[in-house]
Amino acid sequence: MTIHQEIPLGLRNLKLTPLEAEIDRGTPEREGPPVTLMIDGVTITVPEGTSIMRAASLADRQIPKLCASDNVEAWGSCRLCLVEIEGVKGTPSSCTTPVREGMRVTTQNARLERLRKGVMELYISDHPLDCLTCPTNGDCELQDMAGVVGLREVRYGMDGDNHFDAAHKVPIDVSNPYFQYDASKCIVCSLCVRACEEVQGTFALTIEGRGFESRVSPGILSDDFFSSDCVSCGACVQACPTATLVEKSIVEHGTPRREVITTCAYCGVGCAFKAEMQGEEIVRMTPWKNGGANEGHSCVKGRFAFGYATHKDRVLTPMVREKITDPWRPVDWEEAIGFAARRLLEIRDEHGAGAIGGITSSRCTNEEVYVVQKMIRAAFGNNNVDTCARVCHSPTGYGLKTTLGTSAGTQDFKSVDKSDVILVIGANPTDAHPVFGSRMKKRLRQGAKLIVADPRRIDLVRSPHVRAEHHLQLRPGTNVALMNALAHVIVTEGLVNEAFVAERCDMTEFERWRGFVAEERNSPEALSEILGVPADELRAAARLYATGGNAAIYYGLGVTEHSQGSTMVMAMANLAMATGNIGHDGVGINPLRGQNNVQGSCDMGSFPHEFTGYRHVSDKEVRSTFEADWGVTLDAEPGLRIPNMFASALDGSFRGLYVQGEDIAQSDPNTRHVTAALKALDLLIVQDLFLNETALYAHVFLPGTSFLEKDGTFTNAERRINRVRPVMREQQGMSEWETVCRISEAMGYPMTYENEAEIMDEIARLTPTFALVSHARLDAEGSMQWPVNEAHPDGSPIMHVDGFVRGKGRFMVTEYVPTEERANRRFPLILTTGRILSQYNVGAQTRRTENSLWHPEDSLEIHPFDAEERGVADGDLVAITSRVGQTTLRAMVSERMPQGVVYTTFHHPFSGANVITTDYSDWATNCPEFKVTAVQVMPTNRPSAWQEEYTQTAPGSRRIHTATAAE
Amino acid sequence: MSDNEAENELVRMANEIAAFFKPYPHDEAVADISQHILDFWDPRMRRAMIAHLEAGGEGLQPLALEGLEAALRPAPAA
Repeated sequence: MTIHQEIPLGLRNLKLTPLEAEIDRGTPEREGPPVTLMIDGVTITVPEGTSIMRAASLADRQIPKLCASDNVEAWGSCRLCLVEIEGVKGTPSSCTTPVREGMRVTTQNARLERLRKGVMELYISDHPLDCLTCPTNGDCELQDMAGVVGLREVRYGMDGDNHFDAAHKVPIDVSNPYFQYDASKCIVCSLCVRACEEVQGTFALTIEGRGFESRVSPGILSDDFFSSDCVSCGACVQACPTATLVEKSIVEHGTPRREVITTCAYCGVGCAFKAEMQGEEIVRMTPWKNGGANEGHSCVKGRFAFGYATHKDRVLTPMVREKITDPWRPVDWEEAIGFAARRLLEIRDEHGAGAIGGITSSRCTNEEVYVVQKMIRAAFGNNNVDTCARVCHSPTGYGLKTTLGTSAGTQDFKSVDKSDVILVIGANPTDAHPVFGSRMKKRLRQGAKLIVADPRRIDLVRSPHVRAEHHLQLRPGTNVALMNALAHVIVTEGLVNEAFVAERCDMTEFERWRGFVAEERNSPEALSEILGVPADELRAAARLYATGGNAAIYYGLGVTEHSQGSTMVMAMANLAMATGNIGHDGVGINPLRGQNNVQGSCDMGSFPHEFTGYRHVSDKEVRSTFEADWGVTLDAEPGLRIPNMFASALDGSFRGLYVQGEDIAQSDPNTRHVTAALKALDLLIVQDLFLNETALYAHVFLPGTSFLEKDGTFTNAERRINRVRPVMREQQGMSEWETVCRISEAMGYPMTYENEAEIMDEIARLTPTFALVSHARLDAEGSMQWPVNEAHPDGSPIMHVDGFVRGKGRFMVTEYVPTEERANRRFPLILTTGRILSQYNVGAQTRRTENSLWHPEDSLEIHPFDAEERGVADGDLVAITSRVGQTTLRAMVSERMPQGVVYTTFHHPFSGANVITTDYSDWATNCPEFKVTAVQVMPTNRPSAWQEEYTQTAPGSRRIHTATAAE
Repeated sequence: MSDNEAENELVRMANEIAAFFKPYPHDEAVADISQHILDFWDPRMRRAMIAHLEAGGEGLQPLALEGLEAALRPAPAA
């Protein structure tokens, strides 16, 4: 007799082999005291509440099933999983029957076999027998189960009423660009409906009709999947046991032959995927069940929007040109690398080491980012390296390091399952971090309370079965005042967790903070008018946060991209420390990171003042470790940050820039200022998949690799180091890190690595928080959350467990200082910016996929009152003018906006959203103030001057000289 | 950006840094402002600010001025 024991929650990621993780146990895992039972003579112990089906699966006695899956609750409709239980009459379904102590279960005998055959016979009597030409032939649970139960004939015949023959079949719904719905193959198991509800939380699907008429329907008001509430996350397709819901790529190309586990390259959630391949062609991406961040779920971007990697716009040849007005000249790698290195050296010799620098990418791997910053520090000979985190989460780094001691979020994603109160500030997880958004909604449906602080009524405020207790619809730019008001309530109403503060925090700093927030001017009543939020609402929200149990803060760029971004991060840390909401499950301060590897690019020493692991360049001891390892002398002075690079380019002291996988000309504020700076450079080197907006001003274009070609690691928002594995060769013939090494070598500083694993070994050697990280370990044990070192050999899902990284937690006094960017009579509205579900950042990837069907252009959301006052109707063209520029968009009249605030996305370059954003920035980090721009909106009938100029000049700047064959 | 604009930008940045530390006791605030400038401003920004200070430090708030003086005199080695 074998004794099996289910592995407790929490250890699962590390302990299950990929093969074990792949098995669908039929019903979800439970937590509870152990229960021992016997199944087919095998003794097994499982947690109380576990189903017989799950227990049997763990005992390696898989019970046939069609309507059960371990990511949704049991339903009990297919009647295939019947079992016999000693002392129990009849044959109960094993998915809906929980285990009991001492139970004796039989999963297979003549009676059960006969019953199952009967059930299957009925299913098949209304199912087309076209297995050989069916898209899921060989990958169909109905087919598998028919085989398992030994069905050999259908006595009822195939005639009569049915759903599949020509007379009865309804047309296949092909409206969604990525998957189709063929009702003729549906067995009405409801798995898709339940996946949409329980996993995704959208509630788009339902079963329409009764009895024989029952069919899956994407809502009652719409005709098809595309026009429905469906967000195309793929959970229903994943759940479907037949070919009813199936990827179009599978219909077209057939089932995959091999698979590679890798990590998504979109947002900071960092979902693990199986890239399913035929040869070197990718036919499908499916979420990996054992992925620590996503546990089998996905969104429309990661699951479906990978076509950009093989898009015709991708440039696969290195190119150079003398002037940016010249057409591009395709060259070989050697020439491009030589050209880049020579010009960099010329500038350095003529204008000094400080005249060149680079920007690392938050989309590239840790290994790729590491070699770029190393090239800059060691070969360029300065610290002029920055990364796009400068324009998103640099205040997170500064604020959390100052208060807690480390520049990272405190929790793993799973922690939200234990939260009782969730405070979402300036983040829109259902659009921007959808897979985590689904997880959060699941917890909210279980009863956790939600507070949303956002000027805009984001979906989370009210969506199916989710409703925020408090929506604090504050005015843009008043975040710090909001935190001070909440803190005032906590301090003056005696809600401080005094024991926690006394044990963990610096009391001098705490007392100073307590005195400050207790001042009357920080009371909700005093700040209510500035915030635009009623005082009693503020008081109620503060009380809920402080007394509602485990309270967790999740935040996004609505916190950081302000002139007081860093202050706000510190203010949130104050609140969490004061209430003891830090250091265990369910609590914490959690930045939702924008890009897949923005955490990693910061960790890897991409900031001009820090080496890997956030250690200042002026620290002699740290610097000498790098000097010894790299064999060079390193600069002890901080280098230029991105906005300072632009300023220095314009004053002529900065002349050569290397940009790895970033589109600063589109993503950074005040486009005219940025492009003027780029035009002023003597040399701009761009490494990217596409000739992006920045490349319009470049002299060297080095083709990059997509994530499907990369070997390395990404680090997500929960500090999880995920493996990225290549599924195909580099399409342009060279890995990005090798390109960088060769430029460095050509400049006189050789960097040689055999492979990416060696680069990680060097990172681990030089970075205490990565000390025990290696590719070999990640491959063998799965993803890990840093710090991974002697103190935390298997990583750290939760930080600050026994005390803060900096020692004592440090409260900071957070005076509210209004931004200088203010609305007035000329610019009476405040523009704020954000992201939408189907598109990603500057859109370079998603715009080159069918995702654009959902969001073909950016529009301006405006409150009905503001629209009417200006004579603007929904869909009208409007000119948006700020103090720095003007652009034209279509208006979308929307009550999601408060009066006085307008909103847009920046996914399309032609929109020119950043033509109007300003140079104002966070006081500590220079993170731009994207979220507050004073504007006027007026009807117009034409594109702005900037847009007309863009339309005329952009194509010319992308010209490639094609006559090389004749030379 | 003209030199003047660049200078104004630095003045604004310095004033904003000072505004954050203003609630702290005077000496602590001056030390923190000074350290912030040394930690995050590249040498050329500091040199430009020194030039601005030598020209009279127009536009700087008193606390910013004190913090900058503490950080930048004597001038950075670079």
